[in-house]
Amino acid sequence: MQRLGVFVCWCGSNIAATVDVDRVVAEAKVQPGVVFAQDYQYMCSEAGQNIIKDAIKQYGLNGIVVCSCSPRMHEATFRKAAEAAGLNPYMVEIANIREHCSWIHKDKEAGTEKACVLMRAAVAKVLLNTPLKAGESKVVKRALVIGGGIAGIQTALDIADAGFPVDIVEKNATIGGRMAQLDKTFPTLDCSSCILTPKMVEAKTNENIRLITYAEVEEVSGFVGSFKAKIRKKARFVKEDVCTGCGVCMSKCPSKKGLNEFNMGLNNRPAIYIPFAQAIPNVAVIDKTQCIKLNTGKCGLCEKVCTAGAIDYTQQDEFIEEEYGAIVMATGFRPIDASKFDEYSYSTCKDVVTSLELERIMNAAGPTGGVLLRPSDGKHPHSIVFVQCVGSRDVSGRGKPYCSKICCMYTAKHAMLIRDKYPDVEVHVFYIDVRTPGKNFDEFYRRAAEQYDVDYIKGQVGKVWEEDGHLVVRGVDLIANEQIVLNTDMVVLATAIEPDPTARKVANMLTASIDTNDFITEAHPKLRPVESPTAGIFLSGVCQGPKDIPETVSQAGAAASKVIGLLSKNKLTTNPCVAHSDELLCNGCSCCEKVCPYGAISYDTHLINDHGVKETRRVALVNEALCQGCGACTVVCPSGAMDLKGFSNKQIMAEVEAICL
Amino acid sequence: MQKVSEKVIARARELMHDGTVSKVVGWKAGEFFYDCEPNVFETEESLKDLVYNRFCGANLSKYMIKNSIASGGEGAGKVLVLLKPCDTYSFNQLLTEHRIDRENVYILGVGCEGMCDIDRIRERGFKGITGVLEADSGNELVITTLYGEGKVNIDDVLLNKCDSCKGKAHKIYDELISDNEDEGPRGDRFEGVRELEAMSPEQRFAFWQAELSKCIRCNACRNACPACSCRKCVFDNNASGIASKANTDSFEEKMFHIIRAFHVAGRCTDCGECTRVCPQGIPLHLFNRKYIKDINDFYGEYAAGEEAGQRGPLISFTEQDIEPGHAVVKGGN
Repeated sequence: MQRLGVFVCWCGSNIAATVDVDRVVAEAKVQPGVVFAQDYQYMCSEAGQNIIKDAIKQYGLNGIVVCSCSPRMHEATFRKAAEAAGLNPYMVEIANIREHCSWIHKDKEAGTEKACVLMRAAVAKVLLNTPLKAGESKVVKRALVIGGGIAGIQTALDIADAGFPVDIVEKNATIGGRMAQLDKTFPTLDCSSCILTPKMVEAKTNENIRLITYAEVEEVSGFVGSFKAKIRKKARFVKEDVCTGCGVCMSKCPSKKGLNEFNMGLNNRPAIYIPFAQAIPNVAVIDKTQCIKLNTGKCGLCEKVCTAGAIDYTQQDEFIEEEYGAIVMATGFRPIDASKFDEYSYSTCKDVVTSLELERIMNAAGPTGGVLLRPSDGKHPHSIVFVQCVGSRDVSGRGKPYCSKICCMYTAKHAMLIRDKYPDVEVHVFYIDVRTPGKNFDEFYRRAAEQYDVDYIKGQVGKVWEEDGHLVVRGVDLIANEQIVLNTDMVVLATAIEPDPTARKVANMLTASIDTNDFITEAHPKLRPVESPTAGIFLSGVCQGPKDIPETVSQAGAAASKVIGLLSKNKLTTNPCVAHSDELLCNGCSCCEKVCPYGAISYDTHLINDHGVKETRRVALVNEALCQGCGACTVVCPSGAMDLKGFSNKQIMAEVEAICL
Repeated sequence: MQKVSEKVIARARELMHDGTVSKVVGWKAGEFFYDCEPNVFETEESLKDLVYNRFCGANLSKYMIKNSIASGGEGAGKVLVLLKPCDTYSFNQLLTEHRIDRENVYILGVGCEGMCDIDRIRERGFKGITGVLEADSGNELVITTLYGEGKVNIDDVLLNKCDSCKGKAHKIYDELISDNEDEGPRGDRFEGVRELEAMSPEQRFAFWQAELSKCIRCNACRNACPACSCRKCVFDNNASGIASKANTDSFEEKMFHIIRAFHVAGRCTDCGECTRVCPQGIPLHLFNRKYIKDINDFYGEYAAGEEAGQRGPLISFTEQDIEPGHAVVKGGN
């Protein structure tokens, strides 16, 4: 005999303003099996929980429904309360009458009606609930960090510091990421390499960190505490443990026409190369699309000049398989393609560059040795125009709707550095707004505008074109309310940043959700900003949203602390809502096995007694430790042999019928 | 057809006689020469009833679930099954789903020139039909009746499923008796689906209302369908909660066919048995072809049963998979 209790929360006025809670209680009282119903202002408060506990004891309740906020908020709270009163925690159902009802409705009549429907569905479901018991699973005490930029490096260093082994998988031949490409950093103007390279070296030398560079994660299976990853280590054609990084091969390589990615393609590099002087590992790599030997079989010069004997043209991709307790995404960003904004003539005029290209032009290791020269003719520019928000805050669909956050500050930095080093150069900056919320940021911007005489023009640029060997910029000055035309030597586009294209692939592999801009979604935007909703997946750096270096580093540390918290546990409580198969109904067709994202289903052939008929049959078996209760198998099973504990087909049908009837 | 037929019957007898197989799953004439039905022949003697003619439309693949699994073991021989080209798709799909023990089966691929529909012959005005013979011309049949003889064009009296034949190539076999393996597909099998898609939702509802209200829940479609071979059908399982989604009212009557179509989506090889066996003439194949067309549109061309061990688009997930929102835009009617 079912004895159910229904508890209706007001959530202050969050629910009570749009839902007549008295009516929900009154309707609950007449539902089948319900012996007790009550409302309260804050069910989640201690007093509210006590109402639940007391009612369970007093009325001998064997199932309860709490009509309140999303189960993601307080399901755990109410399950604990029920357990404390002696009720199995899985005999608790939540009817979400806040997010699913009061918050999205204005009309109280309609809201109340819907709240009643949701309550009825939850009652119909709890009538079919059965007590469940959670199991335990292991925690592999090793972390995987995907991406070796400053975010990944910092997260790995912090995890390693706590004593846990961690692998960094970096797709490029060296760690360092975007920060390695920067010249100076705002707002202190210290050299980017000077502060980054010690961290890179630390990552290399820390005995708890393994660097897996020139590698990509290919497959991930498993779940929190027990992920399995397959990592493809791409062939470098250079033996990593033998190469001394002397660089002789680079100077002798006859195939010198590769675009230098590190310098944003502004100059060339040989087919065998070390990305930059401080690269870690300091090991050469052969670009197989460009190498003469690998393409034609002739050449082999690098092999001849390499005194260490490190060249190996026969090297193949290698695969590393490893288990991890936690995975951190630190996949970073790239600037968007500026050629989509043709009004700025980026694809046709060499002297129109992106900010990251300017960064390389200003850098001592860059294509011009750090001297500011126009890319078209190598002459000293006398005037530079900066255009802000190229593709940021763009709702036209060409660019990105969000603010890329770092552009105002790096443009101020570029302007200031140029004015400082080359006082003869005029600098104009077109901006929509200058956004400087950060410690010492506004002071920095004001220094550029006030002390360095950078000409900030509020307005946008409509067109840039080339005329008689210089560039013409037509824009609008909104404060003077006039159109202006400027003759200039260079134009720098502060292009929006977007998540690195690998983020989408990695997120899919990890079943981590992404937003419409391909940024990884947090478990909660305010309260769980470094966790993915998928347990065991953490977020570090720009893959979660635009960030500057100080923010990235603090978030990287936060992600590390979450990982450390997880790896410090010896056991995790598993979700008892797992799939199970009725072997008498199972066809053995393998459909469930194929859709299972966790590899939790296997097949066994054994003797089955089907109502007296003894037959050897191939039937599905669910590994409850691996199953995450996603339910994909229950949907695909043609005969309905697969069912999910806590969310059985019957329970769901009962909910649907309670809603429809 | 005549030549192939004679060779097939002779070869089946030979295989039984030399002990290669201990059973033959083939066709046997029923009360009339045109109601050929599936039959399991267990003795050499019984093979005198084996036929292979223009009325052997039945797909024998499904019978191999029971017959292949139950066979085997000490001393037991293989089971011979006669498969037409289109039947091999169903056989492969069942192999993919681990429903047939391939080891225990000997497949004789039998050539097919199209199967006839006795009702379509009758529609052309023939009464008291006593026989259907191949005419010398090759594309005609001679119909003998109590009242004399007549000729029909073969294309006019083929089974519905043969109107859009997949082609005459067998997708799996141990031995082949066929002289037209290279003949390609015929007809436009999605024509009917496009007509339905062009209707307004109201028209379409009315169309299906009219068709499905003819259903008498005889279960012939389900019983003949090779994809509908669950050990226990959800409609026979009281615990499933949908056992009653049948003929209690006009709404639930439709649910049976719609649920069935969803259950076989991605697994249906479009063998056409559902429509062939329906005593009420409901064009059930249109449901299946709609899903096949959608699968082709959304995931690229896919033919279930083309080869054994395939992984269908509905049970594999790739990054290129269509997003649900796009599916609605692309063809959500």
